[in-house]
Amino acid sequence: MLRRLLLPRLIDLVLVVAGVSVIVFLMIRLVPGDAVAIMLGANSEVTPQALSELRARIGLDEPFLVQYLRWAFAALHGDFGASLWTGRPVAEEILANIWPTLELTFLALVIGAGAAVPLGCIMASRRGRSADMVLRIGAVLGLTVPSFWLGIVLILAASRLLPGFALLGYVPFAENPLGNLARMAMPAFALALPILASLSRLIRSAMLDSLGQDYIRTARAKGAPERVILYKHALRNALIPFVTNLGITTGYLLGGAIVVEEVFAIPGLGRLILGAVSERNYPLVQATILMVTIGFVLLNFAIDLIYGFIDPRLRR
Amino acid sequence: MKLFHDRVLALAVLMVAVTLALALFAPWIAPYDPLAQSIAARLKGPSAAHWLGTDQLGRDVLARILFGTRATLVDCGLAVGFALGVGGAIGVAAAFLQGWFERLAMRIMDVIFAFPVMLLAIGIIAMLGPRATSSTIAITIIYTPIFARLLRGPALVICEAEYVKAARAIGASPLAILVRHVVPNLASVILVQTSLLLSSAILVEASLSFLGLGAQPPTPSLGLMLAEGRNFLMLSPWSAVFAGLAVLLLAFGLNLLGDALRDRLDPRLAKA
Repeated sequence: MLRRLLLPRLIDLVLVVAGVSVIVFLMIRLVPGDAVAIMLGANSEVTPQALSELRARIGLDEPFLVQYLRWAFAALHGDFGASLWTGRPVAEEILANIWPTLELTFLALVIGAGAAVPLGCIMASRRGRSADMVLRIGAVLGLTVPSFWLGIVLILAASRLLPGFALLGYVPFAENPLGNLARMAMPAFALALPILASLSRLIRSAMLDSLGQDYIRTARAKGAPERVILYKHALRNALIPFVTNLGITTGYLLGGAIVVEEVFAIPGLGRLILGAVSERNYPLVQATILMVTIGFVLLNFAIDLIYGFIDPRLRR
Repeated sequence: MKLFHDRVLALAVLMVAVTLALALFAPWIAPYDPLAQSIAARLKGPSAAHWLGTDQLGRDVLARILFGTRATLVDCGLAVGFALGVGGAIGVAAAFLQGWFERLAMRIMDVIFAFPVMLLAIGIIAMLGPRATSSTIAITIIYTPIFARLLRGPALVICEAEYVKAARAIGASPLAILVRHVVPNLASVILVQTSLLLSSAILVEASLSFLGLGAQPPTPSLGLMLAEGRNFLMLSPWSAVFAGLAVLLLAFGLNLLGDALRDRLDPRLAKA
């Protein structure tokens, strides 16, 4: 079973990770014009000597395949090169900035996914009544509210209602747990709303699907209370697509966090990568994208695997 | 049930039609030049002269929103259109040809799909330079695998259907089968997904220009208006608030349209 379940997925994983690394590697090589001149031009004078020096430093003077192998080999060992301007290892810069982003993503996931389950059940149990229509239009609305706009409106409202309340910035959780959560509440909510909307809609349709199954009719026939039917029998099955969806949702949240961080002045990966873009610090941009994407791919792999183990139909 | 769906559909069609008309006729209906500055009338709230107020340079917010909506719709329309063309062709070809082409093409699509959307967009824009064209290209690249994956499944079902097998049996050419049987049967999926994905592309485009990675000042752009207005939030929030509301209405109308169309066109849902 392990072989049948694990092996094809592992091959998939390796192929996707290799593909991702090739794309990220090619990014800097596909810059129109001379990438090295563009990078240099952002911060210092462009001289032929400085050009060839930098070109040699990031290995752009070698054949493509050698460049790729060297780069991938170093990356596999956690060496993503040095940041062009500060000289610090890129991996170190990323680690220094990753926690606020991970915390924000995690909080938004807990809020969004946590509230989506009961909301989706209510939507499914009230199908066709006017509450259903309100909830459905509400879901579309929640899905399409730009999180950065919601963030700005929240800041505006809070500044009127709670003047003097610290809203922006970031303090580490270990330093000041309450201050941390107070500052993270609004950004996490702004980030969570779209996934709350999409996941609750997903639960709704999955619940409607499973409520139409024979085993639900059997449960009804044997006189099980409606509450038990809804939350025990139907919800269990409805959670399967929900769990599979969490991986994609996390990818959305990681991207959305970059935007929300910008609104709430949180020093996370968003600020790091946007700063790197404006300084044309390509190695830092590359490394951030590579690390986050591979983390995301691994997460999806893990979810896929767990899903394979918990679904008895796949276990046989 | 039917009445309810039709009412939602009617509302969505109305919203989309109105925004399309406003965007299309922006140059003729905008009350002011979106670039005209007026130092005397900076950061004003809504008034009879400026319905939605003015921004930090005294420019008319309504005029800038109309032109910004137009730019967003053109850019996202182009990007989603290209993505549908390329991604759709790949997805349908994969289903139709199968074999090594399907494996290779879908594998490449999977790799692009593996990136978190905003990160890939930022990466592409970092390489091409921050401007509206770059964000359009980024959105095209991001949505291509989504269309390929969305259309391949339904296309596979159609390719296996009896009527396609029958067409093959009587010797219809592959092209004729594609044009006459496969594509028309995908029309409803395409319609629904294009509408939904256009809605999400609008949000991505607005996020990118909010981050300063899309259109550059002084171009009227909804995301940029939000970013600029944010600096004057406590003085005058109008420009930021209305620009975001415009993004919301745009994305909401299109998403509602896709949602209502799906309910209408999906025979499985209609029966339930």
